[in-house]
Amino acid sequence: MKFKQSSVLPGFNLALGYSLLYLSLIVLLPLSALFAKTMGLDWSSFWATVTEARVVATYKVTFGASLIAALINLFVGLLIAWVLVRYPFPGKRFIDALVDLPFALPTAVAGIALATLYAPNGVLGEPLEKIGIKVAFTPLGIVLALTFITLPFVVRTVQPVLEDMEKELEEAASSLGATRWQIFSKVILPTIFPALLTGFTLAFARAIGEFGSVIFIAGNMPFKSEITPLMIISKLEQYDYMGATAIAVVMLVVSFGLLLLINGLQWWMAKRLGRRK
Amino acid sequence: MAFFRTLTLAVAISGLSSLAQAETTLLNVSYDVMRDFYKDYNPAFAKYYDAKFNDKVTVQQSHGGSSKQARSVIDGLEADVVTMNMSTDIDAIVEKGKQINPGWDKKFPNEAAPFSSLQVLIVRKGNPKGIKDWNDLTKPNVGVIVPNPKTSGNGRYTFLAAWGAALKQNGGNEAKAREFTQAIFANVPVLDAGGRAATTTFMQRQIGDVLVTFENEAEMIAREFGRGNFEVIYPSVSIDADLPVAVVDKVVDKKGSRKAATEYLNYLWSEQGQEIAAQNYLRPRNTAVTAKYAKQFPAVKLFGVNDFGGLKAAQKKFFDDGAIYDQIAAEIAKKK
Repeated sequence: MKFKQSSVLPGFNLALGYSLLYLSLIVLLPLSALFAKTMGLDWSSFWATVTEARVVATYKVTFGASLIAALINLFVGLLIAWVLVRYPFPGKRFIDALVDLPFALPTAVAGIALATLYAPNGVLGEPLEKIGIKVAFTPLGIVLALTFITLPFVVRTVQPVLEDMEKELEEAASSLGATRWQIFSKVILPTIFPALLTGFTLAFARAIGEFGSVIFIAGNMPFKSEITPLMIISKLEQYDYMGATAIAVVMLVVSFGLLLLINGLQWWMAKRLGRRK
Repeated sequence: MAFFRTLTLAVAISGLSSLAQAETTLLNVSYDVMRDFYKDYNPAFAKYYDAKFNDKVTVQQSHGGSSKQARSVIDGLEADVVTMNMSTDIDAIVEKGKQINPGWDKKFPNEAAPFSSLQVLIVRKGNPKGIKDWNDLTKPNVGVIVPNPKTSGNGRYTFLAAWGAALKQNGGNEAKAREFTQAIFANVPVLDAGGRAATTTFMQRQIGDVLVTFENEAEMIAREFGRGNFEVIYPSVSIDADLPVAVVDKVVDKKGSRKAATEYLNYLWSEQGQEIAAQNYLRPRNTAVTAKYAKQFPAVKLFGVNDFGGLKAAQKKFFDDGAIYDQIAAEIAKKK
């Protein structure tokens, strides 16, 4: 008697085992070390650490700015992907390569470059200051840095889906008398929506953890422009490992919760769309 | 088999030959601003050591923020010696990592600090805001650039310098000192994470009217940005920042490098070591060297961290979470 049915595609057990081992070593082990370190704190001091007024203020800055940046890129990223896929123009390859630049650049370099550009004596900062907009060393600067860093996520997730879309669908809609807006909202958007959502999620998650690029442009004023990763660093500077990991755990749990929520939303949407088909 | 035998033999021989050469490698884990000093000091020490013991020594350097460097050592970076800007960083290695034995500050003269620096005020060319002393930093139209006391030793020294200056003026009145320090920090437009970043904000981004930093950092700014672009103001009183060093006991015992490591630190007190320090604008201990470089080190009335009961007590009173600095920061944020 055979213990199990062999698959058409052999090697499942080996591949699964390898995947689990790899994930455990690379992701789960460091994360559980994080939790283990926090275990040294009892619940009340953990709670006191993570709900301190100054720390709570940083959650608002970090999650708020990340959300705004991800939303901006949701629209701008879609636009860029659209232009790159739909229109031929000279220098397209160059622009295409440019999109990935925020990925390749060390984030601290990005932060310093942005701060130089948008500082009150910078090339862009000076004229902006004249019309009353301060960018560098304000929360606006944080949003700017996060938007820069997370741009590739939306573009690179939406682009392939747009490329694969069948033109016939749009043509059919058009011949049936749909307006342009109807084609976009009823035909194109539902197709690319899961990809858009993925891009948004990735951008949002990346922004939450961002440190290097933000720290140079934020100004880091307490209760105003401090980000949560800075709180972690400042705990570490006081050798308060447990306090630092406690805040890290909060970030981790919130981020994971958000990712789970968005993944669930995606799954639900896919199911609903699938049924409609 | 024969191959393996040759291999072991080769390994053994190469091991022996490296013993015969007797080359020692030291790792000095230090903080950012010391890069320039040790670049000058290490070759001088290597020459001295070779002459004295007929032994070649190479010193590797690791630089970064002082506390960050201490954490690396605690987490297992095998430093033979550490050279920091706050004794609390070395104390942390003693307490958390146990790589350094207690009493490290008694093993060398001057509580193991071969030189010191102090906090000075750097203003723009011509001193347009007329800044002369700490009092001028509390005026509402003055932008003060200071690194974050929560993340930077430089920032902590600045805070203590301002606090101490206020105490001196007000006959030790703590409430007045608090008001004074709060007024200064209310004038801070950008709070950088470290001393170097604060220098960049002030010199490159041209933000603020005065930068508070170490005297030797002022010299770095002069070399980097030109001497004509700013002025150094010596306040009436300032804080004496001792820059401590220690041998990392656990590592040198394991590596057998105690002799070289101890010698490396001892040489900091030698005339040549002190001279190199003075050339890098670190205030030497050696009176002869001090006299020789007197012109570049104006006399300033100094108080030490001992006036605060030592750095450890100061850390607890001012900079721990929820302590005075955090309270001040909260009040400033509320008022704005």
